[in-house]
Amino acid sequence: MNANIMENKIEQKLIVDGKEVSFSNEKNLLEVIRKAGIEVPTFCYRPDLSTYGACRMCVVEIEGMGIQTSCTVKPQAGMKVQVNTEKTRKIRKMTVELLLASHNRDCTICAKSENCDLQDLAKKLGVRDVRFPSKEKHLPIDDKNPSIVRDPSKCILCGACVRACKEIQGTGCLSFVNRGSEATVMPAYGKGLDEVDCTYCGQCTAVCPTGALRIKSDIDRVWEQILDPKKKVVVQIAPAVRIAAGETFGLPYGENTLGLITAALRKIGFDSIFDTCFTADLTIMEEASEFIERFKKGENLPLFTSCCPAWVRFLEQRYPSFLKNLSTCKSPQQMFGSVAKKVLIEEFNLNKPADQQIKKEDIVIVSIMPCTAKKAECNKEEFKTDDTKDVDFVLTTQEMIRMINEAGVDFKHIEPEHLDSPFGIFSGAGVIFGSSGGVAEAALRTAYETITGRKIEKVAITEARGLHTVKELSIKIDEHEVKVAIVNTLSEASALLERIKNGEAHYHMVEVMACPGGCLGGAGQPPSYKDREIKERRMKGLYDADVHNPIHKSHDNPEIIRLYQKWLEKPNSHIAHELLHTHYKNRKRIFGEIINLSSVEKGAKVTDVQVCVGTNCYAKGSYGIIEALTKLIKENNLENNVNIRATFCMEHCSEGPSVVIDGELILKATLDKIEGVFKDKILSKYQK
Amino acid sequence: MVAETQKNLEKVFEKQRKFCKVNEIVEKYKYQKQNLIAILQEVQGEYRYLPEEIMTYIATIMSISPASVYGVATFYSQFSLDPKGKYEVKVCDGTACHVRGSMPVYKAIKEKLKLKDGKFTTEDLQFSVETVRCLGACALAPVVVINNKVYSKVTPEAVKIILDKLLERSGEGDKAND
Ligand code: SF4
Ligand code: SF4
Ligand code: FES
Ligand code: FES
Repeated sequence: MNANIMENKIEQKLIVDGKEVSFSNEKNLLEVIRKAGIEVPTFCYRPDLSTYGACRMCVVEIEGMGIQTSCTVKPQAGMKVQVNTEKTRKIRKMTVELLLASHNRDCTICAKSENCDLQDLAKKLGVRDVRFPSKEKHLPIDDKNPSIVRDPSKCILCGACVRACKEIQGTGCLSFVNRGSEATVMPAYGKGLDEVDCTYCGQCTAVCPTGALRIKSDIDRVWEQILDPKKKVVVQIAPAVRIAAGETFGLPYGENTLGLITAALRKIGFDSIFDTCFTADLTIMEEASEFIERFKKGENLPLFTSCCPAWVRFLEQRYPSFLKNLSTCKSPQQMFGSVAKKVLIEEFNLNKPADQQIKKEDIVIVSIMPCTAKKAECNKEEFKTDDTKDVDFVLTTQEMIRMINEAGVDFKHIEPEHLDSPFGIFSGAGVIFGSSGGVAEAALRTAYETITGRKIEKVAITEARGLHTVKELSIKIDEHEVKVAIVNTLSEASALLERIKNGEAHYHMVEVMACPGGCLGGAGQPPSYKDREIKERRMKGLYDADVHNPIHKSHDNPEIIRLYQKWLEKPNSHIAHELLHTHYKNRKRIFGEIINLSSVEKGAKVTDVQVCVGTNCYAKGSYGIIEALTKLIKENNLENNVNIRATFCMEHCSEGPSVVIDGELILKATLDKIEGVFKDKILSKYQK
Repeated sequence: MVAETQKNLEKVFEKQRKFCKVNEIVEKYKYQKQNLIAILQEVQGEYRYLPEEIMTYIATIMSISPASVYGVATFYSQFSLDPKGKYEVKVCDGTACHVRGSMPVYKAIKEKLKLKDGKFTTEDLQFSVETVRCLGACALAPVVVINNKVYSKVTPEAVKIILDKLLERSGEGDKAND
């Protein structure tokens, strides 16, 4: 469709505070007013989420229509709107006072202090006194989730988190519960956020206007390490941090402040400062080679990227049947941890006298990440070696900024400094990891050159770029057509998985990042939901960093080449596998384990049969099928050749009963069908 | 099949049998989200309350989140998230009953059934106890209703005897089932 027709750009005019303002397709009056540069306070309105219209902060007076919430009114030509009248100010002030009356007001020690819309608006509206009796509820704090703290005593029921979790991530972990004065926002059955399908993405904290949902802080624990003279504290800086940190200090959106960050972290007292872009390059080496292998064999395709821990968690919890598609590569953060604790420590100790050698227990790895899910990732059992974590602490960009302020560093005016070596050299491919599409682009650059042995003509794969939630591209590598999908947000990822499951979509590679726009829009970053332009500028910052970097491909990074030569042999070597790869677990909550129904001797050559006994399949007759199969096996004396197992839900409920015989999925299984397949696949094999 | 696994499987199936009715109900409403309230009503009709695992199950097969189902279930007062006992004991606490001593009766019942504060259903799911607003039988105050049978002018002593009878009967019932 023609873009102009789609956007229906008919300019119309209305009047705000006596000034003529033009509008075309803004979805509500609020957007029109803001576009005119007039600020309207809001709590519940979030441009990228559906409109809830409950907080009444955005009220305006419209001639002939009286007081209206501007977020729910459609703009009309000729409307006469006033934003700040005595009435609207009164309503806003009263709203804030009412909210404060039932709010836990420990603002001075609240982690959201200075980032809190409620505090900010109370100040702006001149609320000096709360005229209502305090109705503060002391509900328990929910802090078992590794990334997020939920403090219901600070919730103002704006529902932004409910919508973010549902609409952005499709997870729907939070909901309004009860009603009237009892209304609360919480996970199902009053459980903790650690007991539900939370992906730790943190988007709920990013949109929460108060401290009711906030990032779990690790600042104090990191200070402890820094102040301990025995410890060598090594820090890695993720790609997306450098193009967002500056905003908070008044620098332009998207400005690359890597040099300033490095200098500030050194002032704070970190001993070695490295770049996660280096291990992003390493990830590409491993992932590209994994991709090439799968592509050649036609196995486990599409390959899903695995650097976003919220996405990995989502798959483990919701779509375990796709886990085989997930790349086994650890994320760059975790690769850094395992390489640092094995290789870096030896390089540090090289040619050092015994008394200056660093002990393994004294090295502390801290990461600065745009992401809250990375906090959970570093605590995963799979990422521990001999009981110690590969990455010890994760600080979000926001926490790093707070530490910089706590240390009294004048960020804007320090001299930029260089990273340390050896893990401070990286390619442009590593930097663009911070943007949705960046991982796929980086992987394709390396895969292309590895397969063809030729230089790629166009380094920039622009189809992979931009803020859209779904991007598709195909690239010709020799005679092959490689089809790639790139999605951001997990609700978009679910939709894609459904299409793949139903055979409607076919790809070789799928990149997923949970946060809108990729890591640059991560929940650990300074807030970016208010204006789309913030994300655009950050994205540009990352791609510019690639342009300005003399190296554009991970396999051209000299430090990476050296790392393989000296320590890792080659991508996917035995040692590389040990250090850089991982495995995944089915973490689906409501379905149980597989039950073995036969006792086949070990080592026997067996054929695998699985029958779903999930509720749906059970209801549609899977019990009869098990009985029939057991009988068939017995009659034919195949007890030692057929391994029959009961499994829970194969995710084809509407077409149950589901049975898998020797790898072949049979839907809507009937006794006849099963008997037929049994004869074809099993009897023919063993009865000779 | 090995006896052990056979047993495990039986356990699974027992649970699944329980879910079958839910399946029928959700299927009848074509898995449609706008029918959630009607679905919950029917499911509650079947189980007398909305057990957590069943709400989660409904959410899963309807592709909505358990939190949304829970949100709806807690929004409408018609839904009960606590199990109801085999005997539903309702103590009227309308004005007339209150004045004539319904609270001591209520206390006596909770004592007799060993119900701690905040608990309304006995662990063996035999009894659930609640107070209700005026049942319209003020002349008979205080009134207690047990499974639609009305007991009038109840005293704490009398209610204990009534419960004793029911307890005996439910004990026998259990034996008969063994
Ligand atoms: S962290 Fe993400 S998945 Fe978890 S509750 Fe918040 S928005 Fe939902
Ligand atoms: S937790 Fe925060 S975002 Fe969610 S409803 Fe409460 S105030 Fe709004
Ligand atoms: S912002 Fe419009 S009602 Fe909340
Ligand atoms: S219950 Fe068998 S596929 Fe879901």
